[in-house]
Amino acid sequence: MAIPGSSRIALLGAASLLAAAALAACGSAGGSSAGGSSAGGSSAGGGTTAPSQGPSGSSATDLSQQSIVIDNWAGYMPEDIAAQFKAKTGASATVSEHATNEEVMAKLTAGGAVGIDVAFVSGQYAQALNDAGLLEPITSEKVPNIKNLFPAATKLAYDPGNTFSVPYTWGNTGICYRSDLVDAAPTSWMDILRPNPQYDGKITMLSTERWLALPAQKALGFSVNAVDDGQLSQIKNLLIDAKKHLLGYDDTIFYEKLISGDAVMAEAWDGWCGYGIAENPDIKFTIPKEGTDLWVDTMVVLKGSKNKDAAFAFVNMMLDPEIHAWVTNNVYYNIPNEAAQKFVDPTLKEKFPALNVGADDLTKGEGLVDIGPDAVKYTKLTTDVTSS
Amino acid sequence: MFLGPGLVFITLFVAVPVLLVVSYTVFLRGRFGGVDYIFTLDNFLRAWEPTYRKVLVESVGIAAAATAIALAIGYPAAYAIAQAPGRWRNVLLVAVVIPFWTNFLIRIYAWVILLSNQGVVNDVLVGSGILNERLTLLYTKGAVVAGLVYVYLPLMIMPIYASVARLDVELREASANLGANKVTTFLRVTLPLSLPGVIAGSIFVFVPSLGNFVVPELLGGGKTVMVGNLVRDQFLKARDWPFGATLALIMIVLLFGLFALQSIVSRRFATEVS
Repeated sequence: MAIPGSSRIALLGAASLLAAAALAACGSAGGSSAGGSSAGGSSAGGGTTAPSQGPSGSSATDLSQQSIVIDNWAGYMPEDIAAQFKAKTGASATVSEHATNEEVMAKLTAGGAVGIDVAFVSGQYAQALNDAGLLEPITSEKVPNIKNLFPAATKLAYDPGNTFSVPYTWGNTGICYRSDLVDAAPTSWMDILRPNPQYDGKITMLSTERWLALPAQKALGFSVNAVDDGQLSQIKNLLIDAKKHLLGYDDTIFYEKLISGDAVMAEAWDGWCGYGIAENPDIKFTIPKEGTDLWVDTMVVLKGSKNKDAAFAFVNMMLDPEIHAWVTNNVYYNIPNEAAQKFVDPTLKEKFPALNVGADDLTKGEGLVDIGPDAVKYTKLTTDVTSS
Repeated sequence: MFLGPGLVFITLFVAVPVLLVVSYTVFLRGRFGGVDYIFTLDNFLRAWEPTYRKVLVESVGIAAAATAIALAIGYPAAYAIAQAPGRWRNVLLVAVVIPFWTNFLIRIYAWVILLSNQGVVNDVLVGSGILNERLTLLYTKGAVVAGLVYVYLPLMIMPIYASVARLDVELREASANLGANKVTTFLRVTLPLSLPGVIAGSIFVFVPSLGNFVVPELLGGGKTVMVGNLVRDQFLKARDWPFGATLALIMIVLLFGLFALQSIVSRRFATEVS
């Protein structure tokens, strides 16, 4: 007679609470670990884009019977994009969303990429998808607007010549800092890895694996795609050493910590630093002298797509200068579209210096590429560092 | 015969997934997630590496600390609720559960605001002159433990309440009549009789604490790694399902041991009393 009668009900209640808690913990996985370069907390769907006139993309084929599914980060394109697409091409579109690259990779690789026609993924993931034979080749006949891109945007490390992916946004990783709370502006990755003692506990670093390693990789003069065990062990030691100076690892709200003053320096993606600058002009962004990465978010068309004409018409429409400029105007990311630059709000360029960095300077950053099975090494390294 | 539908349900949605996880443990990682069906025992060897052992030991420590604190808070609370007048009991029980109506993430972010260096707790402590310097509360192991206690406390209170509430008042009166003082009565009558609730509550708190990965990330600032984070990272970041499955299996075995222990203790206790 362990637990009789009425008390069993209470136990049952507790058990269902347990289940609810477990579900809650699972459900929040995506939100809390925004990996890669997702467009977080931005002013989603500004809705200022006027449907641009003129012929583009869809030439002869009638697309009105075609419909496609697009998978993108939330808030990374205008909210009314499906309506714009319908108006322009006659085809219909449904938008689904993902929070991280990992999430969309799971969708695309498990179960044969059911139903998704166009996906937005970071460059190195596009490369992996292409290696797996899942992507449809891109040509300038199918996507004529590819001519709008900067020349530098056709020489990207993960896909030179844009043969299977079209760059959508790009940027660098650098240091986001409070110019009023540091004596001197940081110039080196060592400024956050081995900080002046007065900044102890006031520094954050990114927690997504490849970016967690980046400051140490560059400070030691290694590649952002390093897979050599000797180099990785040096990187690990430097990162373990740096951990004790950190406030924490943070991918999502580091700019809020800069605003509050809890942190004075943060390893940051340029666009995300902008969310801090928008609130406090004393926040600045800089690229350390040892160099940095070049991350690119891309659009890809899936081989399994049943309506490839509509899919290519969509990719082409996104490269339309006025539509593409929406990203910079609303999400504060740089875009690889030369023709779109004149549609970028000039006051934004004044406010966010990172938007003035030209394509040639941006692409000085070393392109992140897929490292295949060696990705496991970075997971191990991350565990070694964060559990140290 | 009546077991039919339930059995089918359990087989489909519990047994099959668990068996899948178990089977993954002996295969190789597929490049894009999933598994390559080539037999290997490497995953188990890897799980024994110092890095992962350390994480396991630390997780058990954190979960145990959270459980102990939840017990210290939860037992008196459950006891007080059980002693409350009848109509108040339900109100108090609902009050215990109310936080669950709010999204888990929001409640954890609230703790970020409470504990941060420029946060509410520091503002009050420094503002009132109790402290001169701001404390580092957020992004520490203490913050992780506090978060886990907060999240799972109701799971401790409920089962303890269940076992305390059904105690016969006459047992305590008999104890008093036979000359025992209140402390002795509690230690020798009430506490042993509520032990099944204590054990059930402790397991309810310990198990999900061990597997939680959101609290270590948000309140630990990613500086504390628990087994839950490890498993999550293998599946979502490294795309290494077999190794993730191996770590999950180790957890399952460990927790099975705990439940076995619980049932032994409860049974022995039950026979002793009756």
